[in-house]
Amino acid sequence: MSALLDISHLTVSFDLPTGAVEAVKDVSFQVPAGETVALVGESGSGKSVTSTAIMRLLPDLARIEGEIRFDGQVLNRLSPKAIRRLRGNDIGMIFQEPMTSLNPMHRIGRQIGEVLRRHKGMNGDQARTRVLELLTQVGIPEPERRIQSYPHELSGGQRQRVMIAMALACDPKLLIADEPTTALDVTVQAQILQLLKSLQQRYGMAILFITHDLTLVRHFADRVCVMQHGHLVESGLTREVFDAPQHAYTRMLLAAEPKGRKVPVNEDSPLVLDARDIRVRFTTKRRMFGPDDTFEAVRGISLKVKRGQTVGIVGESGSGKSTLGRALLRLLPSEGTIAFDQQALEGLDQKALRPLRSRLQVVFQDPFGSLSPRMTVGEIISEGLRVHHPELSRRERDARVVEALKDVSLDPAMRARYPHEFSGGQRQRIAIARAVVLKPEFLLLDEPTSALDRSVQVTVVELLRDLQQKYDMTYLFISHDLAVVRAMSDTVLVMKNGEVVESGTTEAIFDHPSMPYTQALIEASFLNRAA
Amino acid sequence: MTSSTPTPYRGEHDGTPLPAGAPNPPSGPDRHTGESLGREAWRRLKQNRAAMLSLILMVILALVCFIGPYLLPWGLDEVDWNSFQTAPSMTDGHYAGTDANGRDLLVRTLFGGQVSLSVALMATFVSLLIGVIYGAVAGYVGGRTDNLMMRFVDIMYSLPFMFLVILLMVVFGRNIFLIYAAIGAVEWLDMARIVRGQTLALKRREFIEAAHALGVSGPTIVRRHLIPNTLGPVIIYVTLTVPKVILLESFLSFLGLGVQEPLTSWGVLISEGKDMMESAPWMLIVPSVFLAVTLFCLNFLGDGLRDALDPKTR
Amino acid sequence: MLSYILKRLAFAIPTLLIVITISFFLMRVAPGGPFDGERQLPPEIEANLEAVYHLDEPLPMQYLRYMNNLVHGDFGPSFKYKDFSVTELIMQGFPVSLEIGGLAIALALLIGLPLGVIAALKRNSAADYFVMSLALGGIAVPNFVIAPIMALVFGVLLGWLPAGGWNGGAWPNLVLPVVALSIQQIAYIARMMRASMIETLGSHFIRTARAKGLNEMQVVMRHALRPAMLPVVSYLGPAIAGIVTGSVVIEQIFGIPGIGRYFVQGALNRDYTLVMGTVVFYGALIVLMNLLVDLLYSVLDPQIRYDD
Repeated sequence: MSALLDISHLTVSFDLPTGAVEAVKDVSFQVPAGETVALVGESGSGKSVTSTAIMRLLPDLARIEGEIRFDGQVLNRLSPKAIRRLRGNDIGMIFQEPMTSLNPMHRIGRQIGEVLRRHKGMNGDQARTRVLELLTQVGIPEPERRIQSYPHELSGGQRQRVMIAMALACDPKLLIADEPTTALDVTVQAQILQLLKSLQQRYGMAILFITHDLTLVRHFADRVCVMQHGHLVESGLTREVFDAPQHAYTRMLLAAEPKGRKVPVNEDSPLVLDARDIRVRFTTKRRMFGPDDTFEAVRGISLKVKRGQTVGIVGESGSGKSTLGRALLRLLPSEGTIAFDQQALEGLDQKALRPLRSRLQVVFQDPFGSLSPRMTVGEIISEGLRVHHPELSRRERDARVVEALKDVSLDPAMRARYPHEFSGGQRQRIAIARAVVLKPEFLLLDEPTSALDRSVQVTVVELLRDLQQKYDMTYLFISHDLAVVRAMSDTVLVMKNGEVVESGTTEAIFDHPSMPYTQALIEASFLNRAA
Repeated sequence: MTSSTPTPYRGEHDGTPLPAGAPNPPSGPDRHTGESLGREAWRRLKQNRAAMLSLILMVILALVCFIGPYLLPWGLDEVDWNSFQTAPSMTDGHYAGTDANGRDLLVRTLFGGQVSLSVALMATFVSLLIGVIYGAVAGYVGGRTDNLMMRFVDIMYSLPFMFLVILLMVVFGRNIFLIYAAIGAVEWLDMARIVRGQTLALKRREFIEAAHALGVSGPTIVRRHLIPNTLGPVIIYVTLTVPKVILLESFLSFLGLGVQEPLTSWGVLISEGKDMMESAPWMLIVPSVFLAVTLFCLNFLGDGLRDALDPKTR
Repeated sequence: MLSYILKRLAFAIPTLLIVITISFFLMRVAPGGPFDGERQLPPEIEANLEAVYHLDEPLPMQYLRYMNNLVHGDFGPSFKYKDFSVTELIMQGFPVSLEIGGLAIALALLIGLPLGVIAALKRNSAADYFVMSLALGGIAVPNFVIAPIMALVFGVLLGWLPAGGWNGGAWPNLVLPVVALSIQQIAYIARMMRASMIETLGSHFIRTARAKGLNEMQVVMRHALRPAMLPVVSYLGPAIAGIVTGSVVIEQIFGIPGIGRYFVQGALNRDYTLVMGTVVFYGALIVLMNLLVDLLYSVLDPQIRYDD
């Protein structure tokens, strides 16, 4: 039986002013009716270009060669009018960006109804009835009221549900889901995937699921296609590919889940950081006169960190985990007491803190935002040395920079270059070098791997573990990614809404979570038990 | 004209995000050789022919205005008793003709250019000085101070500034330094807003936080991290302010409220030319062409600089 | 919504107060009085005149008196047009200026918006380059250059339209001033609309609209046009201020009896009350227009909330 979607020898190239670039090279695969096929790859693999090419939504400068056959028609040879009849009707699509994919000017009822009017010729009342039905099916509470809402009045998860309702409105044969959950918290991600699964059973449509996350593929897809640098390197039934990957890249991706556990420190290791009852309040001005709004982001958290330990802090967006980290380093004003190496930090002003800064360092999440774009790598790394070791000569300082770059496995010859010339993973190494060059005792790692591809993540995790050994550093590791936290930490704090839900050793938290929230979080992350 | 801040038109390399998944333009091997953003921007600007042509023309125009009058045989106020209101001619030495008083139009236009260009530079400098300091302070200090400072700017925005400037000129008489100050005082508002916005955005960037965490002191952060990164937008804005200022000055002069005799400026000359346009059209055309060419060049240059420096095209 | 309007109105009052106060005190610190004519007036007559115009009172008194009169719509007497009050002059000139300015704004939007949209849709085509070159020309050649040239070409040389004068507002007399006044704004609006349209067309929700199967016309008209127009709407405030300023020279050039001409003549004649009256009047007008534009914006953009 021929497949619903049959892509053969697809090549997509872009005519850029600097020359043609091939983003997808000779890719062939099939999506059988009613099945879920996952298209997996890291950034730049061409997976999104492939999915966008199916709908012919690429910009004019894109050239498509090969054949995209859908339900007996060759999509890339259809007239614009004919392809428009298919879009939203036989093929629905949802995107990665739930916050910006809906028109901010129109009520959601109108946006969903528009598809029905366009393809099913429904009038206003018929469309409204169907929209209410769809909103109920995608789990939007109070659909009668929500049909009147504008997108900005909905949460990210709700917006993605609206997108799904829109894509499914005309009962399509194929749903293309382009990273539909990447911008969402893990618990919301689990709900959305659950929803897609149940809707698939109900409508019997096929799903082309584009993702970078292999753990999702394992739980969600019947078949998987792995892409790398525009090539399809491997495809097959999900189970078979996961059990016996043929291609080296697939094997590498599968191995890219952070593994291993940290060796715990001795019980009698001295206390490095002792924070008690930390509270952080933000006030937002509502008007010129009158009371301010106060929001408590961190609500009385205490924590102790021993020398050589890694304490992991996990939580979803808005849990206050990053705020807590910044407060502990006195980068944000807070209440409560913080003792670092038995010295109270809370009373010190920024000037008095300065000598301590070289011992307390930080690495941030965004490798693109954390490096000053107008300084060379050498200047960035040596800046801390200039503050804390003004006695060093230029030559000595340079030697320390070279050493730090070697520590993070970068070529020291790169220090004359500027940050924009490096990849995300390299930049994160530079940020680590900037901290490590000062030989700090305590390092705050705020989502250091979250902006990186899985395969890069693993190498950064390895690097951080090696450096911790080499320089006997203590880590506070903040992340929403449970797999990474599990691989890095001795003890773990689970945060929600500014409070600690649960804390304990890594084993206790991951193997025997006692609180429902922790359980839900671990469940939603599809953690690999074998790791 | 008072507070118009048109969203600048983007050239062909505007910052439209490529659709999902479209690859970034490939970077040639020459790009990975420790090139600073400034040098990269300059390289891009050099590829923009219209902008480079404008830059060259502007330099020539400025040189001609400031050196030219001394190479021509006529003085600013010198009356040639043999030629009153004569048309441009290659033979009698009045290459752009003379005005009704027998004064050489080219010499007057070049002197007028000196006034227009110096007003442009001085007033832009005044606006730059006030705007950058005001904006940086508001953005860096933040909170209630920022709120109050920006409310003040909002109020100033809604003032009919052009009319207050005219009132100022009426009351205090026409004085070139007053023009510098008055126009500068009008134009600083946009600059303040831009610098404040930049500072606020930068303050939230992680590299500023990282500098705090390194123990770098406040003034050093401002000097080493904040100011260099606001430079791009400020440069772009300065090139947009210069033509606006020239236009403002000509506008005032045209109304008879700008510079006074014996000084002249393009606005004054255009105003004189307008009254004589039927009998001596060159008196309108010559200064108008100088003004228009200047404004054209500066606008092209501004557009080109924006394309070269716009972070989105990076 | 109502509280939002009230809040904005409350915000307009200090703005106006500043305009009035600055104008008032500037006028009083001016060297020389309004009666310093060519010939020296006898002291007793000058004192008499000063008493009539309350110039002998202490400054704060005069300020309060002026404010009080303003509240009652009285801008005081003109110093030069002896038989008219400033209010009368403004009321005579305003309908004329309003007609020209209103038509110019309408023309600017009517031509500028479609030009910008076309340029954006046909990006990098010959049409785009043509429109954008025209726009750059409109910005680089100021209206006080274009206006006399237009008067010369269409009025004098071709004789199609009157080169000046008002003639009770007959339409041939309107064409040249309105066109001259709107050219610069057409250019700004076209450029802005193009940039904004291009940006909107690249946004994610436009991709969604295409994925729904809408054709390009529907995508542009239903989904792109309104968000793309928002920057232009917020530019309307400055645009109106620009038109008002421009009308000052345009009325001068075409000899149109609007407020602008009174303003320039007042300025050149040092008719302080007239100048000040027009400045205050323009101030109030621009503040009011900004308010209306903001309200229009909040109506167009559902993401703006009225409460707060």
